[in-house]
Amino acid sequence: MTHDSTHHAKVIDHATGTAKVGHEWDGIEELDTPLPRWWLWTFYATVVFALVYVVLYPAIPMLHSASAGTLGWSSRGVLADEVAHEKAEHQGVRDAIAATPIEALAADPALQRAAIEGGHAAFKVNCVQCHGAGAAGAKGYPNLNDDDWLWGGDLSAIQQTLVNGIRQPGNDATRSSLMPSFGKDGILTPAQVQDVVSHIRVLSKQDPASASSRRGAQIYADNCAVCHGANGEGNRSVGAPKLSDKIWLYGGDRASLVGTVTNAHAGVMPAWTGRLDPVTIKMLAVYVHSLGGGEAAPAPAAPAATPTAGAAQ
Amino acid sequence: MNMMDPNMTEAAAPLYAKRTAVFPKKIDGPFRRFKWFVMAVCLAVYWGTPWIRWDRGPHAPEQAVLVDLAHRRFYMFDIEIWPQEFYFVAGMLIMAGIGLFLVTSAVGRAWCGYACPQTVWTDLYQHVDRLIDGDRNAQLRLNAAPWNPAKFVRRMFKWGVYLGIAFVTGGAWIFYFADAPTLQREFWTGTAAPVAYASTGILTFTTFWLGGFMREQVCIYMCPWPRIQTAMLDENSLTVTYKHWRGEPRGSLKEARGAATPIGDCIDCRQCVAVCPTGIDIREGPQIGCITCALCVDACDRAMASVGRARGLIDYCTLIDAEREIKGEPARPVAKVLLRPRLIAYFAVWGGIGLALLFMLGARERLTLSVARERNPEFVQLSGGAVRNAFTLALRNMEDRPRTLRIAAEGLPGAALYTDEMDRHAARASIDVPVPADSTAKVRLYAVVPAEQAHSQDFTLTATPLDGEGSTPRRETHFAAPEGAHEAEEHE
Repeated sequence: MTHDSTHHAKVIDHATGTAKVGHEWDGIEELDTPLPRWWLWTFYATVVFALVYVVLYPAIPMLHSASAGTLGWSSRGVLADEVAHEKAEHQGVRDAIAATPIEALAADPALQRAAIEGGHAAFKVNCVQCHGAGAAGAKGYPNLNDDDWLWGGDLSAIQQTLVNGIRQPGNDATRSSLMPSFGKDGILTPAQVQDVVSHIRVLSKQDPASASSRRGAQIYADNCAVCHGANGEGNRSVGAPKLSDKIWLYGGDRASLVGTVTNAHAGVMPAWTGRLDPVTIKMLAVYVHSLGGGEAAPAPAAPAATPTAGAAQ
Repeated sequence: MNMMDPNMTEAAAPLYAKRTAVFPKKIDGPFRRFKWFVMAVCLAVYWGTPWIRWDRGPHAPEQAVLVDLAHRRFYMFDIEIWPQEFYFVAGMLIMAGIGLFLVTSAVGRAWCGYACPQTVWTDLYQHVDRLIDGDRNAQLRLNAAPWNPAKFVRRMFKWGVYLGIAFVTGGAWIFYFADAPTLQREFWTGTAAPVAYASTGILTFTTFWLGGFMREQVCIYMCPWPRIQTAMLDENSLTVTYKHWRGEPRGSLKEARGAATPIGDCIDCRQCVAVCPTGIDIREGPQIGCITCALCVDACDRAMASVGRARGLIDYCTLIDAEREIKGEPARPVAKVLLRPRLIAYFAVWGGIGLALLFMLGARERLTLSVARERNPEFVQLSGGAVRNAFTLALRNMEDRPRTLRIAAEGLPGAALYTDEMDRHAARASIDVPVPADSTAKVRLYAVVPAEQAHSQDFTLTATPLDGEGSTPRRETHFAAPEGAHEAEEHE
């Protein structure tokens, strides 16, 4: 402020009577107006605030961490508090979901909506690794959007699959079955495998009947029909996929089918009991059921009642 | 700020200066009465607005002006603004900004002088000073007097009144954000939201401090607006002008009688300085401390009247008119001053935005549909060959009544619709969705198209209100199918 006053005396601005600093830009000069005193006090107030802050909150960087502060505040602690708060907020809804049988949730649209949203959130954390963010699956990982279910697509069937998993050793209630590796284990010769694949492609209306498929029909009846059904309609009690439809878990082209018959697949899914709480599993089942392919409860309903089934046949 | 001795050239200038307290003298006159009027209107609008009731039916609040942050609605009489319509608020803020430019160009710092909250509340507090401590001279005496019990009691009482005004001011603010009668009840019973108490506390403190103690310091040191205005003023701007060509050389009546040369009209009574709420001497010329409240005009006019001289020694005047007056030319007609290109341009922009907002207000839809196509997966191949797409629909019913909308797919032959809350066997060509009053219904919609009709195509989703009133929102979107799905079926 006084760096140039050593050289020459202060010049007083005529209009204001205030001393000039001596700086000039194109004829515009700077006045040496004193700051208001209260301004200085606001500066002191910020200094005091900073000192108090340094004592109360983490502030001074050390070698491995920062000074803790006497309030014990930490951003992790805030996060933990917020998570606990959110959990407490949701506890009422979770209790209501726990108390409602899964089939009865649809009667309460608000509760059903909460279960769908809760399941969606849990899905993003636990399921997307295999089934994909949009639940569309991938080769070997079922698409949960469609209307083709290996083990059943009603609410309690989905819940049971989630609870016990698929092919989990040591779990008596797990979804379990094993298709033989017909080619690898020598049950069928490579030519027979080709023939049975020809027949499967006829069943799924991908190829017209041929000499090979006619040979394969008998092989199919002897080896495959027991699980997959005489016309390839599948069997959910053993998780045998439907072979007459458009949906293929491991591919429906000839090469893929030959590979599957030669070396059988046996996909697995963890049992979620123990990993997730029952309410979360219930919400996941409701969410998966809401993805568009969910089925009604297993009353003896005619499956042909779907709006599309008639058109497709 | 003339706080330094002009002769103090050799001594180091002080870095900090204590505020010189201002004790404006009571004055009456046309401008003072206009200022009272503006203050009454401003305070009445501020305190009264939240208490105006407005009937909107059973589904909306009955407060005329309400900023409902929790539900993200802004109500202003018959206008209701949703978050996506915030451009109305932005437009009004832009109009307010350009309006300030317009007013500044037309009549100078009128905002500062009359309508700015800092001015209004400073004025109010200065009046409290005069009511409790007496007029200027009594206040000066009390200020200089040493602290004793009497002064202490007097100060405590006055600051108590300050605090009361501040509390009523800060407390009124919260009523814009919730139902005023309810919030007032909650406030006094201690059941209002913490933010209501915090806002009241903060605004009480700022009013108490800025209006009671900082006063003109806010205008001179804190507020950016005087700086902006200083840059906007030009030779056509109205400023409070001391007509030095008429007033100088100043001198008292006694001096005038004994003067050898003619003396000016200014009798140097210093009434203009005494009444100034920012404590400046207008006779030094235009300055940033002048908020153009024109109280000095009232004071000077009274002084001139008492000595039998013409009024208007201090008056609103533009620089151009000042020069004309010095040369003895008549003042320009008001129309000529107001019909300047700059003013016309400001007014055109301001009015244009206003008209555009009004037009949009009249043309806006109160029932809208937006559609987000599910892209992961783009389509779902169903077991029987049919193809399904998913859409997330937002149905916005911005009216204060519940409505039921019939969702249908136009131009998508064979499509059957259902939602994630429905049994898929209940899918049909159209579904009805009830949308509560003044809210958005989010619907996850599935559209299934049979195998032989399933191919990628554009189509339109419609949401027809079943009450048959108003327009039907429509959204064009796309149905995706696997490539060759249609053709493969034809091969059979």
